[in-house]
Amino acid sequence: MKVLVTVKEVAAVEDDFEISGTEIESTYLDYDLNEWDDYAVEEAVQLAEAGDDVEVVAVTIGPERAEETIRMALAKGADRAVRVWDDAIEDTELLDVETKARLLAAVVEDEDPELVFSGVQANDDSFGATGIALAETLGVQWAAVVNDLDTAGVLDEGVASVRRELEGGVEELTDVELPAVLTIQTGINEPRYASLRGIRQAQSKEIAPKSLDDLGLDADVVASSLDITAMYEPETESDAEYIEGDAGEQASGVADVLRDAGVVGE
Amino acid sequence: MSVLAVADHRRGELRGVSFELLTAGRELADAMDTELHAAVVSGDTDGFADELNRAGVDHVHAVEHGAEFNHDVYVQAVAALAGDLDAAVVLTPNSVNGLDYAPAVATRTGRTYVSDAIGLDHGDTLEVTREMYGSKVETTMEVSDGPYVVSIRGAEWPAAEGVGDAEISTFDADIDEDAIGATVNGFEEVGGGDVDIADAEFLVSVGRGIEEEENIALIEALAETTGATLSSSRPIVDNGWLAKNRQVGQSGKQVTPDVYLAVGISGAVQHVAGMKGADTIIAVNTDPNAPIFDIADYGIVGDLFDVVPALIEEFGGEAPSV
Repeated sequence: MKVLVTVKEVAAVEDDFEISGTEIESTYLDYDLNEWDDYAVEEAVQLAEAGDDVEVVAVTIGPERAEETIRMALAKGADRAVRVWDDAIEDTELLDVETKARLLAAVVEDEDPELVFSGVQANDDSFGATGIALAETLGVQWAAVVNDLDTAGVLDEGVASVRRELEGGVEELTDVELPAVLTIQTGINEPRYASLRGIRQAQSKEIAPKSLDDLGLDADVVASSLDITAMYEPETESDAEYIEGDAGEQASGVADVLRDAGVVGE
Repeated sequence: MSVLAVADHRRGELRGVSFELLTAGRELADAMDTELHAAVVSGDTDGFADELNRAGVDHVHAVEHGAEFNHDVYVQAVAALAGDLDAAVVLTPNSVNGLDYAPAVATRTGRTYVSDAIGLDHGDTLEVTREMYGSKVETTMEVSDGPYVVSIRGAEWPAAEGVGDAEISTFDADIDEDAIGATVNGFEEVGGGDVDIADAEFLVSVGRGIEEEENIALIEALAETTGATLSSSRPIVDNGWLAKNRQVGQSGKQVTPDVYLAVGISGAVQHVAGMKGADTIIAVNTDPNAPIFDIADYGIVGDLFDVVPALIEEFGGEAPSV
């Protein structure tokens, strides 16, 4: 069987940064694999290790720079990767959900996997929608915010028995038919560190570039309905009383608050 | 044309965000000079519809089908109702179930989807305020190409109150049973065990700032010395450093202690949702811009690896070397 994992290179913002227009200045951005996708990759690799002949394909929408991040997925055990990019994508400020779903759907239709794993959300724009929009675009089943997947059920019975992590410490137990897209929540597994051997092997694994033309899509697919008109730092609403001084003085101040609140002995 | 707000419920109760949706929906309907409709799908639709009849709601639609959330039922029902009403905006909660159906409704009905709104307006077109990069920045975006599906963040709008004079009716969504491919088999409470952090008067809570698993011992020593109960933010549990029953936040426990001492916790919105009801919040963090300080009563901008040992000493304990 084949499992596809969508991965995204995301930018993390340093504590101190500057905004220029409607973007954060690039010197304050550090690029990394999206945290949720790290768990999605691990889930796919674990499935491959549990089954016979399971191929794991990582798919990303991203510029050439993103190959470094995609190699991390390959180093952790994905077999090969597909990278979708095009000048028309580069010119779009912020891809909307529909566009991302349509780009990924074109790859999924080529690859025809039984399962697609996608992170619940990305650290940067946090739309939390790509996986489910992808499923609906493809006309397949899905489950959002999955924190447990029964591997044997997938391999032996062709059904995805999952737990969906609801609010307040409640989990929903749900079965979905395959093929399906599952959005993967953090904590579902323990993502591995890439081994030196894995990193070495990843160098020779394929990352196939795909343009819109390769995917049979027109440039108008990337027309975004989103136009960022302002970006700013949120106003701080803090009315906290700050306890100043060195660590000893700060600790002493905290101790006074705790004693006043009556939660510790005098 | 109308704004259609879709309620969230679970195990026999409407979730609080449903009433916040009504407030957000009424504001948006006013900006668009149109009606606010509310919808409830599945469950005790009669009771839920009565509860959703709050001031400012023009019409409540009840779709009867099963007891609990099923995304295939929701997508069909909401798509059909939104089409029937020619709704300009479908408003959904950015809840775990919202994540499971709202994007699919948008895709199926050709609507533009924007998630996790913290502000909404409508001038020439829809304007949505949302956060990016964690909570580091806010952005305002103009969204062309309506109609829309927009999910809203919880606790950003107050709950709608008062009894309204909405018309209440049932809507026959003509659900296609063959198109239901997901089966919900039940629920399970997780995170039980030896301690219930929701009962604690004093919580010492640890977050990502602790950096390494072996450093947790430092916070355990603080909790022990001060007689506090130990809790944590999500990454600590995700990493397996503490058990799930220690997790405070949206997917963990809601806590309301007398004192909540947050150590190395940045204060992501999902965490704050679980602890903002504490009487006194004390936060220790190296980043002066960390959002935890927005809700803290007392702030300590400093390194937890300096402050916590000093605090343990203050109460006559001995800090482990980490």
